[in-house]
Amino acid sequence: MWPRVGQQFLWLNQRYCSLITKVCVKQLHSSSSVFTYSCYDGLYPGHIATTPIQKALLAVGSGVAALQNPYRHDMVAVLGETTGHPALINLRDRMRNDPEGYTVLIERPKIRLSTLDLTKLASLPDGSFGREYLRFLEDNRVTPDSRVDVKFVDNEELAYVMQRYREVHDLLHTLLGMPTNMLGEVAVKWFEAAQTGLPMCVLAAMLGPVRLNASRLQTLFTSLGLWALQNGWRARCVLSIFYERRWEQSLADLREELNIEPPPLILSALNKRKI
Amino acid sequence: MAASVILRLQRVIRLSHGDINVVAAGVSSRSGCCWVQSSCRCFSDAADDRRTHFGFETVPEAEKAKRVYKVFENVAQKYDIMNDAMSLGIHRLWKDALLHAMHPLPGARLLDVAGGTGDIAFRFMAYIRSQQERQKHRAARPMQTSPWQDISSSYSTEDEGGPQESRAVVCDINKEMLKVGKQKADSMGISPGLLWVVGDAEELPFDDAQFDIYTIAFGIRNVTHIEQALQEAQRVLKPGGRFMCLEFSKVTNPLLARLYDAYSFQMIPVLGEVIAGDWKSYQYLVESIRKFPDQEEFKHMIEDAGFCCVRYSSFTGGVVALHSGFKL
Repeated sequence: MWPRVGQQFLWLNQRYCSLITKVCVKQLHSSSSVFTYSCYDGLYPGHIATTPIQKALLAVGSGVAALQNPYRHDMVAVLGETTGHPALINLRDRMRNDPEGYTVLIERPKIRLSTLDLTKLASLPDGSFGREYLRFLEDNRVTPDSRVDVKFVDNEELAYVMQRYREVHDLLHTLLGMPTNMLGEVAVKWFEAAQTGLPMCVLAAMLGPVRLNASRLQTLFTSLGLWALQNGWRARCVLSIFYERRWEQSLADLREELNIEPPPLILSALNKRKI
Repeated sequence: MAASVILRLQRVIRLSHGDINVVAAGVSSRSGCCWVQSSCRCFSDAADDRRTHFGFETVPEAEKAKRVYKVFENVAQKYDIMNDAMSLGIHRLWKDALLHAMHPLPGARLLDVAGGTGDIAFRFMAYIRSQQERQKHRAARPMQTSPWQDISSSYSTEDEGGPQESRAVVCDINKEMLKVGKQKADSMGISPGLLWVVGDAEELPFDDAQFDIYTIAFGIRNVTHIEQALQEAQRVLKPGGRFMCLEFSKVTNPLLARLYDAYSFQMIPVLGEVIAGDWKSYQYLVESIRKFPDQEEFKHMIEDAGFCCVRYSSFTGGVVALHSGFKL
């Protein structure tokens, strides 16, 4: 019985590895005229093929690690990737059914500091989406480049959807008007859990409040939480918006288009306390 | 006899190709784009076409050392925790067994190559210290019935040079690993008698015939040219010196081998990702174990380097093997 089980392990492993082909991508080195070839294994750069057993082990391990140390963003990311397959398929189908979402899936925009024109964003009027996003980045001292790359999703398009979800997380903070302290993050997680159904979001939404003090818990359960959930359910799919083309649009306008109510409370970024 | 001839022939063929084709039972080798790699070569700077294995990948020899350096630079901080997690603490027993077989006496000079975080060197110092304690007790026993004047006069004639005589030099190519080791030594308070040196196992920065014992624990499989490392070991050892190598090896029992493979390829990279945040480094580590020669073949390599009385013993069913040889 054990040799057969062992054989099954090996067969599964070999099957997954044989699906992977080595892709070589030519890159022009900016500092010299030498062509450098960067080869990556897998379906996209950074992809690591894993068997179902490994995914299960990763899910459990990363869950425990993330619970022990919530500041380990890489573990939260791994938990999301290994448990999110059905939710990602659902998200991708929603994007496909929306004309703007379909454009996002085709054009694959990426939000990086290198692709953002910060001076142009700073020159936009107050109340515009781009200006508020820049204000959010500055007030909370975050950068769009701190997102972990997707590694364990075994489909190239779904990996993009996951990456887009991570990049849109910051934009959601702006749209919902939530800072990056614990209360703001929990509120955004409740919204995302209702919107996307990703198991990682649901888990974080359930366990996040454990780390809040009594007054914040009260705020969460009386006004903020309910608002986040309701808006999460009825808002348009937030991944379907081509944000890069909407910097000039006013924030209030964008909220209305997405069917999101303005926040019931103004939470200050200065409330940020390391827990 | 025939078997050893066949083994030697295999080794000769392998050396001439500079490539090892042994494919492990665990994972099928990845298909490489050979046509792209051959066109890569005309753009690359390196003149040598010789390639070697980096785990299951094939890379130019010049690149392997760099990549191995990167791996250990990444894992240095979590190296000890990962060792405990991956081997469930059994690596401590293996290292204790190495020291037990070594049985160093006060005055011995140890060179621990690829010593990194210092596990072997610390055990060596502790062993020497306990030997010295034992010697002191043995010397003190006949004195127990002497008058106190004789006992106090013997204190002044005690050999104070004892602890400093034994010296352990920890040599590693990777500065991060040495840094972690040095921090550990400082926090444990056993710095006297330990030297930390950056050096390449293929080209050691020491004179000939300097050391009594040369050890390399779980490091030799990461060296690009194992034969060169063995030659260097031969060079720096004094006549009568002992070469000892602790390394992962081939598991002979087929059932245990399957379990071991499954555990290595399924569990260890996952542990690497969760604890150290680095899947690829631990994938490399388990693959490099499969690429290393087995017990008999490594024994022949050690003999070829000029060592005598080469023996090996396997631990944990062949998961780890301890090879030992003497320079005469």
